[in-house]
Amino acid sequence: MLSNQEVAEALLEKFGDQVFDFDEPYGLLTLSTSREEIIPLLEFLRDHKTYQFIFLTDITGIHYPDNVEKEFMVVYHMHSFVHNFRVRIKVSLAEADIHIPTATGLFASANWMERETYDFFGIMFDGHPNLKRILNIEEMDYFPMRREFPLEDATREDKTDALFGR
Amino acid sequence: MADIELLPHNVPANADLPELVEELTTLNLGPTHPATHGIFQNILKMDGEKIVSGEQTIGYIHRAFEKIAERRPFYQITTLTDRMNYCSSPINNLGWHMTVEKLLSVEVPKRAQYIRVIMMELARITDHLICNSILGVDTGAFTGFLYVMQKREEVYEIYEEVCGARLTTNMGRVGGMERDLSTTAIRKINEFIKTFPPVLRELEKLLNRNRIFMDRTINVGPISMERAISYGFTGPNLRAAGLDYDVRVMNPYSSYQDFEFDIPVGQNGDTYDRYMVRNEEMWQSLKIVEQAINNLPEGPYYADAPEYYLPPKKEVYRSMEALIYHFKIVMGEIDAPIGEVYHAVEGGNGELGFYLISDGGRTPYRLHFRRPSFIYYQAYPEMCKGSTLSDAILTMSSLNVIAGELDA
Repeated sequence: MLSNQEVAEALLEKFGDQVFDFDEPYGLLTLSTSREEIIPLLEFLRDHKTYQFIFLTDITGIHYPDNVEKEFMVVYHMHSFVHNFRVRIKVSLAEADIHIPTATGLFASANWMERETYDFFGIMFDGHPNLKRILNIEEMDYFPMRREFPLEDATREDKTDALFGR
Repeated sequence: MADIELLPHNVPANADLPELVEELTTLNLGPTHPATHGIFQNILKMDGEKIVSGEQTIGYIHRAFEKIAERRPFYQITTLTDRMNYCSSPINNLGWHMTVEKLLSVEVPKRAQYIRVIMMELARITDHLICNSILGVDTGAFTGFLYVMQKREEVYEIYEEVCGARLTTNMGRVGGMERDLSTTAIRKINEFIKTFPPVLRELEKLLNRNRIFMDRTINVGPISMERAISYGFTGPNLRAAGLDYDVRVMNPYSSYQDFEFDIPVGQNGDTYDRYMVRNEEMWQSLKIVEQAINNLPEGPYYADAPEYYLPPKKEVYRSMEALIYHFKIVMGEIDAPIGEVYHAVEGGNGELGFYLISDGGRTPYRLHFRRPSFIYYQAYPEMCKGSTLSDAILTMSSLNVIAGELDA
């Protein structure tokens, strides 16, 4: 049984201060890295002899408009079947330079996950073979999951609720 | 005329007969083709009847659930999850409730956990039943499909008894179930346990060792275990390729550790193996339902979490406290704690994950659904490359791609 401590120490030894912000919300090892190190990190975990994080569970994005210079975050979930161990890796990106290398070279499944993230957040995955919208129409000129994109028509008045502030 | 320059392609050939040009045909399979069993499109390049390459267009029924969820209180998101894999809605609903319970650190009583297991396994049976019988339809056996439909109907009657709805179930609540199993529900479940095996056996008899069915499905749309893992396959499709990964066993939730069941595994990852894995899973699910209903623990069917679980209506009329909680919950006035949760359940098609980030408000800050069919459907062009169109239809059918889950 792998422990969070053990994996965290191995990553610190290999990547030094390029991995930081270790945390374990609800027991799941969570760490951050820089976009330069994300692909080497994923590769290290995938090809590690004992850990064998061979499965990329999920890639998704988050928008934090108030975090200056770190407006966007890409979150990777990886899973090691041998040890039944999951790890969550986060990479923060600035809105002005919203680029991150693609993971399609490591995992075939990253293809559509990255396309989805691009589609909703506009995060550019450099080197992706076919980075275009996937769920929305191609003519769309905005990224709908960004926080500034309103969910409802802002001019509607029948939905305002003075009492409960919605 | 003499001034016009002859371009190379305008120069007449020396041969008397025009040269034969080999061309590929482009075929639009979908978006509204009956064989796709849902709204999505495959643009196939065909050389005669062989598929050379394919490209998918999806998103026809994208409904922006993740965006809508950012404006809804937690209990209202359940209705969004129904509409993802609509062949097994209870798994989605209860998976979502478990995610929220994990965020709130609410412990659900044993009885509620067992009821959930019963409903989730019944849902798995209907899901696999439809997938397998539709595979029969695509190979030319329509009878089996119509015949097993009546068993799905019976499961839907059980849903109706438990939650009042049939297809988009909105089953359960954060903290438990909305009502206890009624005597009618228990009777119907017991009846189903008795009457389902003969029907499933007949479907097996029709297909399992049927020469035509075997010829049509064996070695059709195979995928190796390595490719399946790389493509993010989970659930029956991954198990058919040979890896015994099942969330129910690896990360047991809702008391799955209490039950005795096997995980069927295939070898070749082809259509026949996927069919057989689903077939065996139905038997195993039935076994789990039987164990759960026979060992149903006594006790409450919801957790003592008044802030999150709607009080009984009777209480609301009588007591002030219940009225306040009722009002606060219905108006979405309950703030959730700050946290970040990933919770996965074994859905009909594989690992159905909920990645929930709460910033302490009444709605999620961000909610992401890890939808198994969205992730594995991208392997489809690779799987049907070089096969004939009719085999490609079977491959798609055996992958059990559900358009609602694909597009969210």
